[in-house]
Amino acid sequence: MAIALFNILIFPGFLFIGVFGMLAEYIDRKLYAMLQNRVGPPWYQPLADFIKLVAKEDIVPEQADARVFTLMPVVALTGTVTAFFCIPLWGTKALFSFNGDLVVVLYLMTIPTMTYFLGGWYSRSVFSMIGAARSITQLFAYEIPLFLCVLAPAMLANTWSLSEMTVYYNSHPWFGLFNIAGFVIALVALLGKLEKVPFDIPEAETEIVAGTFTEYSGRLLALFRMCIDVEMVVGASLLAAVFLPFGMHYGSAVGFGLYLVKVLFVVALLSVLRTIFARLRIDQMISFCWKYMAPAAFLQLLADLIIKGIHAS
Amino acid sequence: MPEPSNFRIPIGPQHPALKEPECFSIVLKGEKITSMNVRLGYNHRGIEKACEERTYIQDMYLIERVCGICSHSHATCFVQAVEEIAGLEVSKRAQYIRTLIAELERIHSHLLWLGVAGHEIGFDTLLMYTWRDREGVMDVLAMLTGNRVNYGMNTIGGVRRDVTSEQIPQILSAIDILEERTKYYIQIATEEVTLRERLSGVGVLSHDDAVHLGAVGPTARASAVDRDIRRDDPYAAYGELSFKVITDNHNDVYGRTLVRVGELMESYKMVRQILKNLPEGPIAVKAPRKIPAGEALSRYEAPRGEDVHYVKANGTDKPERVKIRAPTLANVQVVAHMLKDRYLADMPIVIAAIDPCFSCTDRAISVREQGNSTAGTMSWPTLHSYSIDWYRKQGIDFAELNKKFKIRGALK
Repeated sequence: MAIALFNILIFPGFLFIGVFGMLAEYIDRKLYAMLQNRVGPPWYQPLADFIKLVAKEDIVPEQADARVFTLMPVVALTGTVTAFFCIPLWGTKALFSFNGDLVVVLYLMTIPTMTYFLGGWYSRSVFSMIGAARSITQLFAYEIPLFLCVLAPAMLANTWSLSEMTVYYNSHPWFGLFNIAGFVIALVALLGKLEKVPFDIPEAETEIVAGTFTEYSGRLLALFRMCIDVEMVVGASLLAAVFLPFGMHYGSAVGFGLYLVKVLFVVALLSVLRTIFARLRIDQMISFCWKYMAPAAFLQLLADLIIKGIHAS
Repeated sequence: MPEPSNFRIPIGPQHPALKEPECFSIVLKGEKITSMNVRLGYNHRGIEKACEERTYIQDMYLIERVCGICSHSHATCFVQAVEEIAGLEVSKRAQYIRTLIAELERIHSHLLWLGVAGHEIGFDTLLMYTWRDREGVMDVLAMLTGNRVNYGMNTIGGVRRDVTSEQIPQILSAIDILEERTKYYIQIATEEVTLRERLSGVGVLSHDDAVHLGAVGPTARASAVDRDIRRDDPYAAYGELSFKVITDNHNDVYGRTLVRVGELMESYKMVRQILKNLPEGPIAVKAPRKIPAGEALSRYEAPRGEDVHYVKANGTDKPERVKIRAPTLANVQVVAHMLKDRYLADMPIVIAAIDPCFSCTDRAISVREQGNSTAGTMSWPTLHSYSIDWYRKQGIDFAELNKKFKIRGALK
């Protein structure tokens, strides 16, 4: 019981992932600023933002559905933190692992997007509703390439468990190289999931103010912002576990250190990508995902199946 | 609540895409704009009327504040009209210095626009880069005039500050850096995929429509309308400079971007020519305090397009009438045309592509009904009920709020 509570609240639960999420946000913002020739925020800026928001008043719009409106940030944060428990952090084994946890992680990572949709829709503000409709439209575009890409390495490893995949790729390290194309596609799809440039269409500031979050303020907004940070870390951890599973069998300390490096590497790649592009329109984003990313993801899947066949024979 | 498939969303008066208060009321069907209503008038400052109350010299400073970005354009346009009425011969050196400041101002305005355009399509890196480089030209302007904006350089009969020989190499080195950076931006504009995707085919304005709707400046030139006051009706020193008028036949926002970066390169060329051929002589002639009766119309190619000032003098030290036609007034008509059946996502960049300056454009016109004796005056209760009715027609009912806060009671 005490260990379970420790796991949920301290490590790898809310406290660790909260702090790590803020660290990732800081690195993302600092790198983004440096690439833009700016100074960027000090290290405590994400924490300061969080404290400031928590101290502010929660305002629920009169027309909004108060229950859904206030519940959604909590659901979003819970969903992402739960997904985190199934990802191997310090070795080849995650805190909870079972055959099929990969699908569960992908499913749990869809929850925040659904909460953005519901929270925005029930805000009853025109900007939020357009943002909500956009985030659900975008979901259908990036989700398929992301799923296909993440499932391809699983097919090669012949397991649906992230922990077993890590074991497999650590004993066959060269096989990880076959999935590089998938890593690139998954990285771009993750930009869509995290709603970052060029796919920040649901919260395009110059068009629809803050999209889904237009009506959110105070603690509720703080929770949503925290959820976005955590989502970034969970997404990066998933990519690290699936596509960069190397060196996790050297013991807890080395494994955990490598895990941190890998996640921050993915976060840095995300920052670079969001620096060098302009925001696409929703129609361009969808046609890009279906025309190029989904077929490329299928090819990755096919390549993994062929390699598996050759290896077996 | 409106039907989900048929939204009416207010872009403005306060909105992150807009730098000034104005309201674009947009009816959306899904992501498509079906109709749009532009409403200006949040920023009326009564400058034209205020000019009639002040002397010509005081007006110089007031006119300069019509626009924060193209302040020199308005000041020069006004002073040219006054000098024409007074029959003043401005020295060559003063003409050259005016042209120098005008071109430096164009450089700073176009770099600013490039950054704003980047921000509107979510490309903040471009904003940060261009605004950093823009500091170079701002520093040059501060060195020459003492101010980063609102230079206060013009006076009736010439300019107020001379360009010294020590300043020339500093300007040239700043221009060299800017030219190199602009070449890099041209490369970005032509090679960056997402930027081109977002700008090509957006805000299409055909050549005929541009002529028909009276577009001016880079907006018109990007629709292959070969029109530039600097060449067609040369003022200041433009008659003696060699430069190309940049036009483009893309007819869209992408074309407008290419025209503006192309004009930047021409401006660098012109600044070099001016500094090389800067004639000797006085920088100002003495102007009379009272301007003889007469009228004049002055045209000027501001960074945003043709600026027109009309001045009527009545022989006193104050003008009888000053009329300013800012370039945005000519261009604002084309925005609604360009946005028809386009995506909501294109709205910010299409509005930004004309490089709008709404506070320069706001004018008040009072329309009085003929034969109506009460026209012009309205009692407070009538005005109050009129405003409530007006908003009710727009679909906004304040009756509930009024009851809540007892506004009616407070008025009695």
